[in-house]
Amino acid sequence: MFPARLFPTIETVAHTFFTLTANGILPHHAIETVIRLLSGFALAAVFGVGIGILMGRSRLAEDIFLPLVSICAPIPGLAYTPLFLLWFGLGSFSSILLVGFVSAFPIIFNSWTGVKAVKEIWVRSAHSMGADDRRMFTHVILPGALPYILTGLRLGLAQAWRVLVAVEMLAAVPWGLGWLIFGARKFLNTDAMLAGIVVIAIIGLLLEKLVFQKIENFTVVRWGMVAA
Amino acid sequence: MVPIAIDNVTLEYDTPAGKVTGVKDVSFDIGASEFVCIVGPSGCGKSTLLNVIAGFLAPAAGEIRIAGKTITGHGMDRGVVFQDFAQLFPWRTALGNVSFGLEMKGVAKDERDRIAREQLRLVKLEKFVDSFPHHLSGGMQQRVAIARALAYNPSVLLMDEPFAALDAMTRDDMQTLLADVWRETRKTVIYVTHNVAEAVYLADRVIVMSAHPGTVQADIRIDLPRPRDPLSVEFLECQKQLMRHLGHKVSGNGAAH
Ligand SMILES: Nc1ncnc2c1ncn2[C@@H]1O[C@H](COP(=O)(O)OP(=O)(O)OP(=O)(O)O)[C@@H](O)[C@H]1O
Ligand SMILES: [Mg+2]
Repeated sequence: MFPARLFPTIETVAHTFFTLTANGILPHHAIETVIRLLSGFALAAVFGVGIGILMGRSRLAEDIFLPLVSICAPIPGLAYTPLFLLWFGLGSFSSILLVGFVSAFPIIFNSWTGVKAVKEIWVRSAHSMGADDRRMFTHVILPGALPYILTGLRLGLAQAWRVLVAVEMLAAVPWGLGWLIFGARKFLNTDAMLAGIVVIAIIGLLLEKLVFQKIENFTVVRWGMVAA
Repeated sequence: MVPIAIDNVTLEYDTPAGKVTGVKDVSFDIGASEFVCIVGPSGCGKSTLLNVIAGFLAPAAGEIRIAGKTITGHGMDRGVVFQDFAQLFPWRTALGNVSFGLEMKGVAKDERDRIAREQLRLVKLEKFVDSFPHHLSGGMQQRVAIARALAYNPSVLLMDEPFAALDAMTRDDMQTLLADVWRETRKTVIYVTHNVAEAVYLADRVIVMSAHPGTVQADIRIDLPRPRDPLSVEFLECQKQLMRHLGHKVSGNGAAH
């Protein structure tokens, strides 16, 4: 019913996990993936937050970007992969660009919504206290929109994972967790595949606990804008 | 400090259901350093009028002149305390909120902290300088908002029912404080309230607005000497007179408030 080749025991997976970790193979895959993930995500964060805020602040930007974003966002990230590989070649660079492109959408949407959700009364208060445009932006719009921006970044990161693991297989990169998982399939190394998935889960958990929750606790939770 | 002229101001809100009149043909003048209270039934347009004077809403007709100049938008000459508790910045402590205006003016950090602390002490919140707004009660938040509007020293104060959420005792304290601040700084104050006793205690003049769509129904001068004694016969007489204008039935022996 459950052949051991396809359904390895937890012990086997743990054993493989430790062997591959000890011989440095798993860490190498993980580091390559994390570098691509963070590079792509950084691109998405910078451009996504920038475009989203611009759309929220300027009618013109909204009219230009909203149709574009609405059309491109629902298309699965993988559908863009062949295009990116043709345009930018096989390898890390195209993977990073693709990750950045695909994960920018949730960040754009949420930053845009966040700016629109900034309370008019805050803007009015700041205006009457003499805030100019620049400080209205840094002192009111950014912190006011932060709960949404953080949600956007979270969703963006999840999106980045999804597309990265898949594209690592297609982009013919020599290292990476996606490559490990897909490569292992050829030889029915389900234990290695599961070990790869475990690593993805661990990295995701670390990013969530050590980065997102820390930032949230220090900002929007402390300010009472989001319940703890 | 500066006179304000409100000249035939009409404001209409655009809503999906059509135009809703906020205020209609409102005209009155406010002398320099005068304390004017606006009273009127809920929905008559008091907040709307205040927002027009603050420059946040552009009137459909008429104009407002401050010190002779027609206003075209918001300005640092007018400090505003809104009716809404949510006006404080949640991401700034009480101190950070109060020093915001000074920061925008470019006042050095030490100096603005000193002024902000002093303002918070005046509204009896010196123990809460480092609290974020969500850890303060509604009335405390409203007091921070008052301190914030006073801190950067605008020449006009626009206040929308700032003390409505306070208990009677704190409200008395705050009214006394406001009367003192006004006496010392000679700001021009426009103050919206539902509370007749509060209007008689604070105002040089009370503008009574009619129900929706709001227009000026009466303009009553309160000539009682200051500081005023809310228990004096003259005070109660003024209160009765005002309540009659508001359409209350007033019995022979004092104000029923
Ligand atoms: N943002 C808005 N959009 C549409 N209509 C509005 C808006 N704000 C107020 N109104 C309308 O304008 C009228 C005046 O409202 P306003 O808030 O000025 O009343 P108010 O006198 O301050 O009442 P209250 O004493 O309850 O605060 C109301 O009838 C209301 O329906
Ligand atoms: Mg109101």
